[in-house]
Amino acid sequence: MGVTAASLWVVVIVTSLIAFALKFLGHVVPERWLAQPRAQRINALLPVALLAALVAVETFSTKSALVIDHRAAGLGVAVVALVLKAPFPVVVVAAAVSSALLYHFAS
Amino acid sequence: MLNAPRATVRDSLSVALTVGAYGLAFGAASVAAGFSVLQSCLLSLLTFTGGSQFAAVGVVAGGGGAASAIAAASLLGIRNGLYGLRMAPVLRVSGWRRVAAAQITIDESTAVAISQEPLGEEAMRAGFWITGFGVFVFWNLFTFAGAVAAHALKNPAAWGLDAAVPAAFLGLLWPRLESRRAQIVAAASFGLALLLTPFVPAGLPIVATAFIAVAGGWRSWA
Repeated sequence: MGVTAASLWVVVIVTSLIAFALKFLGHVVPERWLAQPRAQRINALLPVALLAALVAVETFSTKSALVIDHRAAGLGVAVVALVLKAPFPVVVVAAAVSSALLYHFAS
Repeated sequence: MLNAPRATVRDSLSVALTVGAYGLAFGAASVAAGFSVLQSCLLSLLTFTGGSQFAAVGVVAGGGGAASAIAAASLLGIRNGLYGLRMAPVLRVSGWRRVAAAQITIDESTAVAISQEPLGEEAMRAGFWITGFGVFVFWNLFTFAGAVAAHALKNPAAWGLDAAVPAAFLGLLWPRLESRRAQIVAAASFGLALLLTPFVPAGLPIVATAFIAVAGGWRSWA
């Protein structure tokens, strides 16, 4: 674990403060500040980039090593579920169940 | 809000319940990452924006430091500011109501409000408040349930929780991949994050992909 118990609290508190500040700013700043097309395009792509990176890292790494293990199978099942237009909870549960099954059979 | 169209109330509540149920996944992921049940519940009450919460927890689960976790969560929270810009002229509130409105300014409340536009501003306001408040209630209840459940399970991998987290991220990412540009940014970010993982401290590969978003959105194309 790269984070101590104390810094988990820092994460909780600072993340919450910044999250609220960002929400509140939108309600109080003049609209033209963030309304340019470039800012809007980048803003729409930020979640895409970060979520894709999180999928990659959470599935294929352990600490700083790249690995392919039971999680990759879970992610594969999640992709199939999403292609079949399964609802979000089904996607998550299907991934968890298939990953857990592989984890038990492989160990 | 009392004379909200029936369709608006129905839309708002169904979104609130469905989205709120994702809180189960968050609570479980958060505890699996090392946060306590209390910390997980506080993240849902105070941070209250799913993408950011999952990102903070995801970075910590991957061994990343506090600064990377906060940076990833905050980059994902920027869009709520833009939603605020969109909603402020519709809501026209001040004082504590503005504080309350800001806290529930998220993907879902804004999306439902905008979808009610054909029914008029009254319906937009109702959609925003009912959805935002509804998601808040359900998200927090389900976070608690997920956190407690995960707390009771000792080894997250044995229950597939370690795969549930990236699957949840993928589920959040999927609907955003409509445009060619988004698909390219996602693929590039996926690759860059893996490429950097062996060489830089955990967490940084995720934050670094913000540059791909900036590069991808700099000019207008496809």
